[in-house]
Amino acid sequence: MAEAVVRCLRDGRLDGEHAPALAVEGSLQCCPLAAGAMLHIAAALASQVAAGKAQARGLVVVAFDRSPQVYLEFMRRRGLDANALDRCVRILDCYSDPLGWKQKSQNQQHQGNSAKHFSTNKENITVYRSVKDVTKLMSSTTELGGGFEGEGKKYFSVAVDSISSMLRHASVPSISGLLSNLRSHEQVSSIFWMIHSDLHEPKVPRAFECLSTMVACVEPALVDPICGESPGNMSILELNYSKAKFIVRLKRRNGRVKHLYEDLYIEGNDIKFDSAPSVSIEVNQSLVPKVQFNLELSEKERSDRANVVLPFEHQGNGEPIRIYDGRRSLPEAQRDLSLTAPALVDEIKAPKSGTAKGEIHYFRDSDDEQPDSDEDPDDDLDI
Amino acid sequence: MEEYGGGGGDLLSEAMGSAARVVVVEDCVEAPGAFVLHLLLKRALASGGAAAFLALAQPFSYYDRVLRKMGCNLSLHRRNERLHFFELLGFPGGAREGTIADSFVRLYNEIQRLVEANRAGENAGQFTVVIDDASLLEVVALGSVNDVLDFLHYCFALTSEMNCSLVVLIHEDIYADEENMGLLLHLRYIADLVIKAAPLSTGLAADVHGQLSVVNKGTFSEQRAKAQKVWNFHFKGKENGADFFYPGTRH
Repeated sequence: MAEAVVRCLRDGRLDGEHAPALAVEGSLQCCPLAAGAMLHIAAALASQVAAGKAQARGLVVVAFDRSPQVYLEFMRRRGLDANALDRCVRILDCYSDPLGWKQKSQNQQHQGNSAKHFSTNKENITVYRSVKDVTKLMSSTTELGGGFEGEGKKYFSVAVDSISSMLRHASVPSISGLLSNLRSHEQVSSIFWMIHSDLHEPKVPRAFECLSTMVACVEPALVDPICGESPGNMSILELNYSKAKFIVRLKRRNGRVKHLYEDLYIEGNDIKFDSAPSVSIEVNQSLVPKVQFNLELSEKERSDRANVVLPFEHQGNGEPIRIYDGRRSLPEAQRDLSLTAPALVDEIKAPKSGTAKGEIHYFRDSDDEQPDSDEDPDDDLDI
Repeated sequence: MEEYGGGGGDLLSEAMGSAARVVVVEDCVEAPGAFVLHLLLKRALASGGAAAFLALAQPFSYYDRVLRKMGCNLSLHRRNERLHFFELLGFPGGAREGTIADSFVRLYNEIQRLVEANRAGENAGQFTVVIDDASLLEVVALGSVNDVLDFLHYCFALTSEMNCSLVVLIHEDIYADEENMGLLLHLRYIADLVIKAAPLSTGLAADVHGQLSVVNKGTFSEQRAKAQKVWNFHFKGKENGADFFYPGTRH
C-alpha cells in the first residue's frame, strides 16, 4: 500500500542499520501513473516531515525528469503551505541546466563579468549543472540535506527522479555507489528513486532493486497481448493511461518479503490509491510453493495444535502449572505433585509473583497466527 | 497548440487539445508523417505565434513550396522574423570547431535566444520549435544518442520554462528491430502527445492514405483527466492539407 511504503520511509532508519530504500519502477505504458506515484510518495513524505511525524527533518528531491515547479505545485495542491515547503523541502534541480549549457552561454555573453555567481537559488531550488560528476552530486545532496533546521539529529530523506535520466550521464556502478553511499550516510533517514524499466536492459533495474528494501512496480492495468493500433486496443491504451496496478514488495527485517497490491488511478489532477484486499489474499496464497507434500494444516491438525500444552505458558485456570517433562504423559503428571517441585518452579510462570528468583514470564503473542503469516501488526492502526 | 482560427474543429485539433507542450510525431515509410509537421507549423504561424524550424531533411525551398500550397507563405513569415529557419543539412559542418556536443550547445543557445526574445517582445504569442527530424539528428551526431538526447532535453526544458512548445518528427520503423529502442523510447517518455501515422492494415487505398493515432497522455496540470486520451482515425493527404475522418465515414 502506498501508506505502508510512506510509513516505512517516514520511520526511517533504525540504529545501526542503513536507511530504508524504495525503488519505484514504471514503464512506458503507464508512465503518467508512475510519475504520479512518485509525486504522491514525495508529497506524502513531505507532509509527514512538515507535521513533525517523520524521522527526517526535510526532504531533498534530486529532480532530473521534471521541472522543480511540478513537485512544488503538486505538494501545494496536497496542502503543504509555502512556509512548510520552505522549511522542509529542497530541490536539487538537475532538470533546467544539467550540463551547464545555459551557464556557458551566459558566460560568453557577459565575458568581463567574472564576479557573477552562476548558481542562482530560487526559494528552495538549487540548480545543479554537472550531472556527469556523481561525486559532486553526492556532496551537493548531502549539503542540501544538512541545511534543514530543527531539533534532534539532522536526518533528511532523499528522492531521486529518475535514475534512468542519471544513467544517461553516468555508469551503473557509479550510480549504485551513489545510492549505497546515501543509504549508509549517517544523516540519511530514507531514500527512494524512480527507474523506467523499459529504457534499460533487464539487469539494470534488477541491480537497483538489490540496493532497495522495498520495490514498488507500477504496471499497466491491462496487458495488451497484441501490440497494434486497432480500435479494439484503443480502449486498453486509454485504460492504461488512467489506471494502473501498484505492486509493492517489502523486505522485512526478519527477511520475509511482504507483497501488497493496490490500484492506482488519476482523478482530476491528483493521483489516488485504491486498495483491493481480495486480490492481496490471492497474492499471499500463491506464495505457498506448489510441491508434492502438504504444507497446510488440516482441521484436525489445527485443533490438535491448539490443544498442545506449552511448557512455559500459564493455562489461565488458576491451577498449578503443569509442565510436560517428556518422561510421563500429561494426566499422570497432574497427579504427581513432585513435578511441580520448587526445582522446576524456577522455570515456570507463577500466577502469584513475588519470588526473588529469576522467572520467565511468557505471554503467547497471538493464538491464531498462521505459520507463514506476514500480517503486519501495524496494519490495523488507524493513522 | 493554441486555438487556431478558421477551418473549424477537425479531428486532429480536437484530439490534440490545447495544452500539449511536447508533441512527438512518429511515422514510417508506408505512411509518412511529415504532413502533420507542415500542418502544425501552419497552425502555429496562423495563430499569431512564432516558430523555429530545424530542417535536416529538406531545404527551405521545399517547405516553402509545400506550405504555399497549404496557404501559408513561409518566405513572408521568414522576412517578418516570425519564422526562424535553421537549414541544418550540413550540420554540424566541418568548418566548425569543437565536438558535436559543442555544436548542439551553440544551436540550443540560438534557439533559446529566439524564444527569450519572443517572450520579451510585443508579440508574446506561442513559440513553437519544430524538428524535422530526430532520426536525422542522430545521424548528424554520428550515432551519439546521448548528444541528441541532451539537446532534446534542453529543448524540452524550454517548454516548461517559457511559453513554448516542441514538435519532433521521428521515424518509428528505423528503431523497430533494435533491442534498445533508444531515441524513440526516450521521446515517447518525454512527449505529452504522441501522434503516430501508420498504414492501413488492409494495404494501400485511393481514398484513405493511412491512419493516425493520437495518444494524449495528459499531465497533472491539465484538467483533461476526463477527456478522451486515445484517438484513432483515418487521413487522406491533399495538396492543401489533409482530411481526417473516422473509419467508414468517408463517402
